[in-house]
Amino acid sequence: MSMMKKLLISSAVAGIVLSANMASANTLKFAFQGDAQSLDPHGLNETFTLGFLSNVYEGLTRLDKDIKVVPGLATSWEVTSPTTIVFKLREGVKFQNGNSFNADDVIFSWKRTLSEGSDQKVRGSMVKDIKKIDDLTVEIHTNGPQPLMPSEWAWIYMMDKEWSEANGATSAANVKDKDANGYTLTHANGTGPFEVVSRQPDVKTVFKRSASHWNKDIITNITDIEFTPVKQAATRTAALISGELDMVYPIPVQDWKRLDKEDGVSALRGAEARTIFLGMDQSRDELLYSNIKGKNPLKDVRVRKAMAHSLNLDIIKKKIMRGASTPTGLMIAPQVNGFNAEYNTPYKYDPALSKKLLTEAGYPDGFEITIDCPNNRYVNDEKICQAAASMMAKVGIKMKVLAQPKSKYFGKVLAQNNYDTSMYLLGWTPGSMDVHNVLQGLISCQNKETKAGLFNLGNYCNARVDELQKMVGVETDAAKRQAYVDEAMKIVKDEVAYLPLHQQPLSWGVSDKFTLNQRADNAFDFRYVVKK
Amino acid sequence: MAKSSSNSKLKQFFEGDLWHEFTHSPVAWISFSIMFLCLILATFAPYIAPFNIFDLAAIDLMDADLPPPWAGEDGDMRFPLGTDDQGRDIWSGILYGAQISIFVGFTSVIISAIIGIALGLLAGYKGGRVDSFIMRVADIQLSFPAILIALLIDGVMRGLLPRESHDELAIYVLIFAISISGWVQYARTIRGSVMVEKHKEYVQAGQVIGLPQSIIAVRHILPNVLNPIFVIGTIHLASAIITEATLSFLGVGMSPTTPSLGTLIRIGNEYLLSGEWWITIFPGAALVILVLSVNIFGDWLRDALNPKLR
Amino acid sequence: MFSFLVKRLLQSVVVLVAVALIAFSLFKFVGDPINNMVGQDTTLEEREALRESLGLNDPFHQQFYNFMVNAAVGDFGISYRHKVPVSDLIAERAPATLELSIISALLSIFIGIPMGVYTAINRSGFLSRSFMTVSLVGISLPTFLIGILFIFFFGVILRWLPTFGRGEVVALGWWTTGLLTWSGIKSLILPSITLALFQMTLIMRLVRTEMLEVLCTDYIKFARARGLHERAVNFGHALKNTLIPVITIIGLQLGLVMAFAIITETVFQWPGMGMLFIQAIEEVDVPVMAAYLMMISLIFVAINLLVDILYAFVDPRLTIDGGSKHG
Repeated sequence: MSMMKKLLISSAVAGIVLSANMASANTLKFAFQGDAQSLDPHGLNETFTLGFLSNVYEGLTRLDKDIKVVPGLATSWEVTSPTTIVFKLREGVKFQNGNSFNADDVIFSWKRTLSEGSDQKVRGSMVKDIKKIDDLTVEIHTNGPQPLMPSEWAWIYMMDKEWSEANGATSAANVKDKDANGYTLTHANGTGPFEVVSRQPDVKTVFKRSASHWNKDIITNITDIEFTPVKQAATRTAALISGELDMVYPIPVQDWKRLDKEDGVSALRGAEARTIFLGMDQSRDELLYSNIKGKNPLKDVRVRKAMAHSLNLDIIKKKIMRGASTPTGLMIAPQVNGFNAEYNTPYKYDPALSKKLLTEAGYPDGFEITIDCPNNRYVNDEKICQAAASMMAKVGIKMKVLAQPKSKYFGKVLAQNNYDTSMYLLGWTPGSMDVHNVLQGLISCQNKETKAGLFNLGNYCNARVDELQKMVGVETDAAKRQAYVDEAMKIVKDEVAYLPLHQQPLSWGVSDKFTLNQRADNAFDFRYVVKK
Repeated sequence: MAKSSSNSKLKQFFEGDLWHEFTHSPVAWISFSIMFLCLILATFAPYIAPFNIFDLAAIDLMDADLPPPWAGEDGDMRFPLGTDDQGRDIWSGILYGAQISIFVGFTSVIISAIIGIALGLLAGYKGGRVDSFIMRVADIQLSFPAILIALLIDGVMRGLLPRESHDELAIYVLIFAISISGWVQYARTIRGSVMVEKHKEYVQAGQVIGLPQSIIAVRHILPNVLNPIFVIGTIHLASAIITEATLSFLGVGMSPTTPSLGTLIRIGNEYLLSGEWWITIFPGAALVILVLSVNIFGDWLRDALNPKLR
Repeated sequence: MFSFLVKRLLQSVVVLVAVALIAFSLFKFVGDPINNMVGQDTTLEEREALRESLGLNDPFHQQFYNFMVNAAVGDFGISYRHKVPVSDLIAERAPATLELSIISALLSIFIGIPMGVYTAINRSGFLSRSFMTVSLVGISLPTFLIGILFIFFFGVILRWLPTFGRGEVVALGWWTTGLLTWSGIKSLILPSITLALFQMTLIMRLVRTEMLEVLCTDYIKFARARGLHERAVNFGHALKNTLIPVITIIGLQLGLVMAFAIITETVFQWPGMGMLFIQAIEEVDVPVMAAYLMMISLIFVAINLLVDILYAFVDPRLTIDGGSKHG
């Protein structure tokens, strides 16, 4: 209660101060469709929350505006053995409370990612041990060869050891501990260019430019930022047009025309690195949700092919995505390391072939199947499912769409509910921006111990692809690695492991008074915001 | 015997004041005609609608987002009111959607009325513990408006029913939710009238000559307190249709593959700012016309049935 | 009278316990909260451990008992979503909803009652016919549609008023108010009218009906016959008698305003309890949902109790009747 009071009072005071020197201040007001889970940098591994916090916290490495890995709090790193990486830390970096950043903070932050409430354990456990060489040098020992560790660790944010200890926040904020750990939920102390002035979850978060940031080359001239979550898409668009907000995302694709017509605002579009695809249960002997009993039609590659050829991706692009998506034949986007345009041609739209294949497979009249679909996760997710259903209906496959909010959808189809689905729509952005993430998570056979194939919900399984995945994970020679990737992707394509649909568009609405950078993973980096 | 009595009742009706008022009130017969027209159109939707919007194979995504032919050059004469984002004909959508909305509304009203009358009669006539129990239940009920109850019921149903059947059962879940949340009005009204009525001489006389309580309640009290029920029922029909629309709008009602008017508005709302107004304006107008005609008629009925206002 | 009050109070407690049981058991069936708390990479074992530590594996009666004991002292646990005590969240959001609801309620009463009286007195006047027609349109337009149209016309086309949120708020102790800043007041206009419209028309029509009934009673006719002024009859006698039954319904309606605020808050992104509730449903935030339902029913039961007491004072017949039957 008292914490809340302070928050409210401080926000009120901040409001007064803000309005007092409005003349010299550059304020940006922006909205997203939801709020960040919390301000704890290790609390939830979710793109929006982590992207939001990347303005306040920094990692040893960071992602620049093109999602290239660049030095962050480390100025350089060197692989000294297959399992050892030495990081040189940046000099003179200060946390927002004035403390200096050093090797102890790195070790502390790593241990914190392994603490009970952390959602960054997978990235944290890439590392076996960290040795402090001196205040500005650490030697990181990885669990086996981890060539991707530096790029994955762009998402591991560094916290101040002293500050965390003083505020009882030595483990990641967790629901269980009532008071001890709550501090980092609404308080932050990073090294980043912006600091949090106040936060009211789901209502408002206020940032201000940090005076002490190490990087003087950052181009932003914004001094204050106000963030409000606005759930309704129409309200976001309306607030942008009326000038209440300067930047909102996502904008529904159909509102682009409208923004184009309005003066003073524009729709900023781009290709997100997220691939949307349909998955199929290829492991059960009988589908859970189908009228075919005693066998699983989706185990037959001809049926999967028939489905692939029944989808007209260009029409989905034109009508559902308003021309804003990129139809794809691969499970990864062009921005992802390992992408090879040669394999990216989508399956051809050919309903006659689909019908023929279905007849060959013994289903001349098609069959019924239910597809699980989220309705608030991806751009027009439910509409894509409906469109797919109507396209498949034309070749005889009666697809019933079960669209649910993401909490219910994920609760149904994911591992903890035993992959309770026959067909599903999912979208995936590899956090590391590397193909291995996809090969391991989506394409490898499900493996309870190694966690490979954890998100291969339909359990597509091919021994050779599994082997290739492991080789890609440790191979450092770029050409050889790409050859393995290509071989795996070819098999995946020939066997129709998935039905890739498109990369969805990024869709931001921005006031013409500002310029900013739209990153392909949909993260909003304040460093590039400039008020004209 | 039964036939002749109902015949004479009908005769009585046409010769009565109500019929006279009705034929002499343009408001009444216009609103009634519109209501009746909506009912006919909705009931025979499968025969009137040019497209079967439930048949996926009949929908072509190529036809999506076409404006009405009289309002934009991309329009297609096959779709007099344009098409929605999946290529469905809006006019057919409205007909089928109204069918669902009216069906949900009517059924809920009837179930609500039956539950409410029974409980109100029981509470008002019995009094005491039975009364206070029923009225406390009504209080619990009233503290949860239809939207809230439906959200809850929706949650429970989704937990209990096989997930596959959610969409098919959505309509029954809605009816259940709306009727459960609506009975209180009937019960309160009936109870109030019964409590007044039971102190009247004819009831006390009945008790004195030893008629069974149930006979007194149903045969003698009920017919005397029934008039307000027709009024409540008509107004409730309008609000039930609105509740259904609101729930579907919030996304816990009918699914987009079997849309009611509320679902159509929800789908269309996403396109309102983008200039594709027809997707939401026509279903919205249909809903307002339907509800308005029911409300106006109910309003007239209330005044007409209230003898003191003549 | 005292025993009547005690009875009523006891009944209210029973009602609240029943609501708690219903609310709590209903929420047992909704979604999987664990999934909303952790990210994609969390393993099955970790999920199971979290489930255990949250007590989600305890037997039903145990969970309910814990819930009741804690709820009695206002502790609804920790929000799964925000990871802060639910009581803090509710306290933080309550001012927004209360401010909106109270303003709407005042609007609907102070516009609704005079309009009702006017239309009753001048039954066939042009103005009262227009009021009646407008009121019918008012109750025939769903709230969400009104909100959307308001946003579209006043926010987007005319750009007069803000389309979402509370604007600038000022903290007075733990209470936050938008009434002290210009932007706060502007932000309040559209949502409060949207929310008030339905109740307003309802109250107007109710007052009209009651007033018409009263105007037809013998003692009013008698008062007229005695040659009292029209004004004295209408306002001195008729209105007073009209308002007695109206109090009940208005009381009950006001409880509902807060619940109906869910829709308005969703449409206008008003950071109140209704929006908290809708978000809690989406995120399967069980503690928040339970707390919200308890709050709403508590408020409603309190209003109900108050109305009962008022009624008992005004209409002694009911008290005697109810009181004697209960012993």
